[in-house]
Amino acid sequence: MLSEMFYKLWDKGILQLGIWETIYMTFISSFFAYLLGLPLGVILNITDKNGIAPHPKLNKILGFVVNFFRSIPFIILMVAMLPVARFVVGTALGNKAVIVMLVIAAAPYVARMVESSLKEVSSGVIEAAQSMGANNFQIIAKVLIPEAKPALITGAAISIVTILGYSAMAATIGGTGLGQIAIIYGHQRSNSDITWICVFLTVIIVQVIQEAGNYIAHKTDKRINK
Amino acid sequence: MIQIKHLGKTYPMASGNVVALDDINLEIPDGQIFGIIGLSGAGKSTLVRCINLLEKPTAGEVIIDGRSITQLPGKELLKLRQSIGMIFQGFNLLEQRNVIGNICFPLEIAGVDKVKAVKRAEELLRLVGLEEKGKAYPSQLSGGQKQRVAIARALATEPKYLLCDEATSALDPNTTRQILDLLKEINEKLGVTIVVITHEMKVIDRICDSVAVIDSSHIAEVGKVSEVFTNPKSQIARDLIIPKESNFFETKGGRRIRLTFDGEKKTNDTIISRMVLECHAAVNILFADTRWYEGVGYGHMVIELPNDDHEAKKITDWLTARDVEWKEEI
Repeated sequence: MLSEMFYKLWDKGILQLGIWETIYMTFISSFFAYLLGLPLGVILNITDKNGIAPHPKLNKILGFVVNFFRSIPFIILMVAMLPVARFVVGTALGNKAVIVMLVIAAAPYVARMVESSLKEVSSGVIEAAQSMGANNFQIIAKVLIPEAKPALITGAAISIVTILGYSAMAATIGGTGLGQIAIIYGHQRSNSDITWICVFLTVIIVQVIQEAGNYIAHKTDKRINK
Repeated sequence: MIQIKHLGKTYPMASGNVVALDDINLEIPDGQIFGIIGLSGAGKSTLVRCINLLEKPTAGEVIIDGRSITQLPGKELLKLRQSIGMIFQGFNLLEQRNVIGNICFPLEIAGVDKVKAVKRAEELLRLVGLEEKGKAYPSQLSGGQKQRVAIARALATEPKYLLCDEATSALDPNTTRQILDLLKEINEKLGVTIVVITHEMKVIDRICDSVAVIDSSHIAEVGKVSEVFTNPKSQIARDLIIPKESNFFETKGGRRIRLTFDGEKKTNDTIISRMVLECHAAVNILFADTRWYEGVGYGHMVIELPNDDHEAKKITDWLTARDVEWKEEI
């Protein structure tokens, strides 16, 4: 049976708000993470020694920065990056700060995701474009990204799910959402049903995102005979 | 005209320099179908990529229509590439674009207006015989159809030159013939100069006017296809023309000789039959290949002579007397 706490949270709309906040934070962060991560991934791909604009030095430096941020556990990164959040959004607390943290943590992840998706584009197609006199910008915009689109969409679904996972830790610095509800109302007040409901809701959100990603990727992929 | 002068390409490797091309000199006259044949690793793919500078040569120069292109600045090089079409062994179509989209691609790059581009694409589809397939995606096409789309795409910007890098190597013999005939048609109808890279003599044989034989980074031999075919001077050309058949029957040890028919007069003659009848000696035909160039037949034949020295001599004398070119086959 559900505890009294559940009905209280539901009637006050706290759970519903939590769901919305989780989704909202995840998508805003994902958007900004891609704003940074997509160009970064493209640069990582093209500056590779087999890329269209090889630049080993730049590639090494960017690769190092990306690896550096990816190797820090999110919970530690969050604490370490508090000053950055204060600088960017004027506060080190609350959802605004959480979004900054999520972007910092996810952008390098997204960059690697994009880089590996672009690697799937066959070198032959790129060579064909070069043989037609395409410049590097045209190759990125008309060959690399469109040809890698299905992989990019699948990668986006995975990235968004990862960001959603990170967002649950946001309660640590005063963020809200399902993670916070699970900790405050579920864990700290010993209502295990609340915790499980949060888990269940998160699972549903993750499933929906993942399935939608797969569906769109499949739908847009022209390589499959239909 | 494409002129290649003292062209060299060396790849620096950790273990030392690897020479891919060394002192290559070629002239590819306008309007021809020019073949470059060699075994894999001979450097032919590198050579063709030096013509549109997909590979930067490390020595020498490439001159197209009197202009040296090896030192062209970036922008002009991109412009130049728009006037040289290229097709590949793996077709290299954009998988996420349909056929029309693929053919429009080089036009987009060249900044051609979209409506015009689509119109041009439809024209080209008719030329390659795929009018019905404009909306299809590459994954829905067969290998031959993909190569036709690739040809249409390569011709979209009305290039003067078309480079074909092993364009038929991934296709079955029937489709290969169709694609080769299409290339020939394009050469004749549109006057496009075509450079064909291949490892198969039959490709050269079917469509090329001239051929350069490339072997371990060097040009071993250049000439009209009929000349090179009938009288190959280099070992590599001989190997390519007459595949080293190790599966000649395990013979009883009789001498083997190779007869060459130079097309002058004897190809239509019934030489072998008459020889057998007049010499009263049986021979084994191990290999025979005849081709026609400009209405004249050329051929090679390897026969095994009888074990008996006397009979063998009778045959060779008979051949010599009738002015048939023959030599000992090892």
